Amino acid sequence: MRPTTKKIAVLGLCTAVALILAYVESMLPPLFHAVPGIKIGLPNIIIVFVLYRFGLKEAATVSLIRMLAVSFMFGNMMALVYSLAGAFLSMFVMVILKKLNFLSVVGVSVAGGVFHNVGQILTAMLLLGTAELGYYLIVLTVTGTVSGIFVGLCGAIVEKRIPKKMI
Amino acid sequence: MMNQEIKTTPTVKNGGRLFRNDVIFIVALLLVVSALGLCFYFFRGEGDKVVVTVDGKEFGTYSLAEDVKVEIRTGAQNEEVNVLVIRDGLAYMETATCPDGICADHKPISREGESIVCLPHKVVITVYATEEEDAPDIVV
Repeated sequence: MRPTTKKIAVLGLCTAVALILAYVESMLPPLFHAVPGIKIGLPNIIIVFVLYRFGLKEAATVSLIRMLAVSFMFGNMMALVYSLAGAFLSMFVMVILKKLNFLSVVGVSVAGGVFHNVGQILTAMLLLGTAELGYYLIVLTVTGTVSGIFVGLCGAIVEKRIPKKMI
Repeated sequence: MMNQEIKTTPTVKNGGRLFRNDVIFIVALLLVVSALGLCFYFFRGEGDKVVVTVDGKEFGTYSLAEDVKVEIRTGAQNEEVNVLVIRDGLAYMETATCPDGICADHKPISREGESIVCLPHKVVITVYATEEEDAPDIVV
């Protein structure tokens, strides 16, 4: 099935919004100074929205383009590897949970947030060869849950408020 | 507009059941993680030395008992610098030339297994303890 022009335009728009959200997020002050590297993941609101409105293929595409664009614009190739691993695992888990139809958007998004961290930490463990990083996961799971709830709620609201006829 | 609202009603009802599952899922997740966290917290004591690795290779070992300042130079032209400081039994990254500076923001570490990681420079600082209790694990 070939994508319609409308769909291409809409997904392009979603990618642009995700990029803007990534930029907005980078302007926010860090949430915790004690444990660095914690983000809400505002662009994931768009990813969750696209996943629920369109599906896996579309969400994965938007997510990939967004990460490539961010790393090209702000130039950190190392960060790209971590984001890709995190996003891949997160998307994988979210699609499975969504198919199981056991959790709502919020639950799926929480799992996505937590596994995004798991993917990143696993990559860091592999690249740096240190198992000690596992300690981070405990803190990151809690923060991932909180941000996952926020992202899931926002995603659900956006999904509900934007009429299907429009997009 | 009316059609839209009628269509969404079933999902809202459905949402009630799913919402309960969400709460169960989140609570279960947090319980498991906090249990793990408590285990880790109680099973690890204070460390007494700090091992620095760069790109997986050991760079140096420093005792937490002595106050030192170490310049960890990495990169092709040694242009990347992380300054590790050990003071009053605590180790922390004083300054770093990495773009994100996350390692320099990290709180001081002293407990066994704690680490500060500088991803851009591939520098890892980990606290270890040289205890007798660890010995049986190695023998086997």
